[in-house]
Amino acid sequence: MNVTEVGTEARQRWMGLLARAPAARLAELFEAAVAAPAHAWLRMPETGGVMVRGRAGGTGAPFNMGEMTVTRCALRLETGEVGHGYVQGRDKTHAERAALVDALMQGPKAETLREAVIAPLAEAEAASRRERAAKAAATKVEFFTMVRGED
Amino acid sequence: MYVAVKGGERAIDAAHDWLAEERRGDPEVPELSLAQIREQMSLAVNRVMAEGSLYDPELAALAIKQARGDLIEAIFLIRAYRTTLPRIGHSRAVDTGAMRCDRRVSATFKDAPGGQVLGPTFDYTHRLLDFKLAAEGAAPVARQAEPTEAPTPRITEFLNRDGLIQDEAHSDETPADMTRQPMEYPADRALRLQALTRGDEGFVLGMAYSTQRGYGRNHPFVGELRIGAVEVEMEISELGFDICIGEVTLTECETVNQFMGSKTEPAQFTRGYGLVFGQTERKAISMALVDRALRWEELGEENVGAPAQDEEFVLAHSDNIQATGFLEHIKLPHYVDFQSELELVRKMRREAEGSMKEAAE
Repeated sequence: MNVTEVGTEARQRWMGLLARAPAARLAELFEAAVAAPAHAWLRMPETGGVMVRGRAGGTGAPFNMGEMTVTRCALRLETGEVGHGYVQGRDKTHAERAALVDALMQGPKAETLREAVIAPLAEAEAASRRERAAKAAATKVEFFTMVRGED
Repeated sequence: MYVAVKGGERAIDAAHDWLAEERRGDPEVPELSLAQIREQMSLAVNRVMAEGSLYDPELAALAIKQARGDLIEAIFLIRAYRTTLPRIGHSRAVDTGAMRCDRRVSATFKDAPGGQVLGPTFDYTHRLLDFKLAAEGAAPVARQAEPTEAPTPRITEFLNRDGLIQDEAHSDETPADMTRQPMEYPADRALRLQALTRGDEGFVLGMAYSTQRGYGRNHPFVGELRIGAVEVEMEISELGFDICIGEVTLTECETVNQFMGSKTEPAQFTRGYGLVFGQTERKAISMALVDRALRWEELGEENVGAPAQDEEFVLAHSDNIQATGFLEHIKLPHYVDFQSELELVRKMRREAEGSMKEAAE
């Protein structure tokens, strides 16, 4: 695996995390971590629909299920890094913060942001997923066979 | 003579003011917040997202509040909003096999790998009114157990491995989109599934029920029903790679239906498929049954003339917004139309009376 590939995978991970993160939590963490850097818009935040697709039978040919709301934007920091924000929902400041984090993660502040924003978001998401899985696990049926006195 | 009539503006404004007051109800009672609707009326929110064909719980909650709880009206509001959204693109087909399941049951295999996970279900409740809910109480707390990391493979995969069920041919063909092109019949399966997933729950349920009662029977078993969250991924062209753009909760139902075979092919089970936004179990099962009924031709079955086998009948009447629009428009002023009908009836009666008089003379 070469360096770019590793970079892309890491970037995919943080962009996905930022897309799914609760906007308020991201705002809190971001503001505590860094002062929002100056930037120029490459694409102003815009809300639109993305058509979600499924597959017939789960694995067969694709079909269109319905749309979900997504807000996106792109910006360039004064230091040159370009950040993209694609987030679920209609919150434009959420998309802006996601794009700022994406841009900063490509520059010298990456380590700061990884510790102060990305890691806590990832932990919170993992914890909430774990909790749901634990509740599901508690509802798992354990069958037992009734002994029938036939012999 | 055509006489244009204007007027009613004042009455309409007053009606809308009163509607707003009635919507709020008794001001002594605290107002509902969107968060309350989203959290505590979540299955209504899910239905509005599924039939409104737009996954956004906040918007669905707003629509329910604005519609005073009339879900079809709420779905109408969401559909209208949806048309104002620019289309950013489409997602990769979601991988429901990787779903983080809240619920996963199979009616065909007791010991399915991954187990029978009931999740937050109404099943096995006694359907007795719980008067404790009429009073405010402490928030209930669900039990927890150690989650297993083991995957929950598809039930149909086992059957497919042994060739016991019809294969679902994988493809990456671009599916037709009924929100972009007008419906055309015959529709392919992709269009049918799109129409069914956004179709009216009551209508799809009724059609599914009709197949169970014998109008195009296809002997369904719920091979698997799963509810949970899946990540939605999309290719971002300016980046040149896929990213996750969010997460949606879906309900998926796979039915295992009556087998068929022929001189050349051994007997095999067939499938019906339901996939719906949100926790929407009744709808997903119904969708799977109707999908299966509509596949009669490709599976070489006889058309017994059952309503659920009639693609155009099912798809053209499954949309509650189209239906309600056409149905409810007849209450709006038709003064001119009716005037002409009235004139016609009078004329016919005059002519009839004239000829009767002539006959009598």
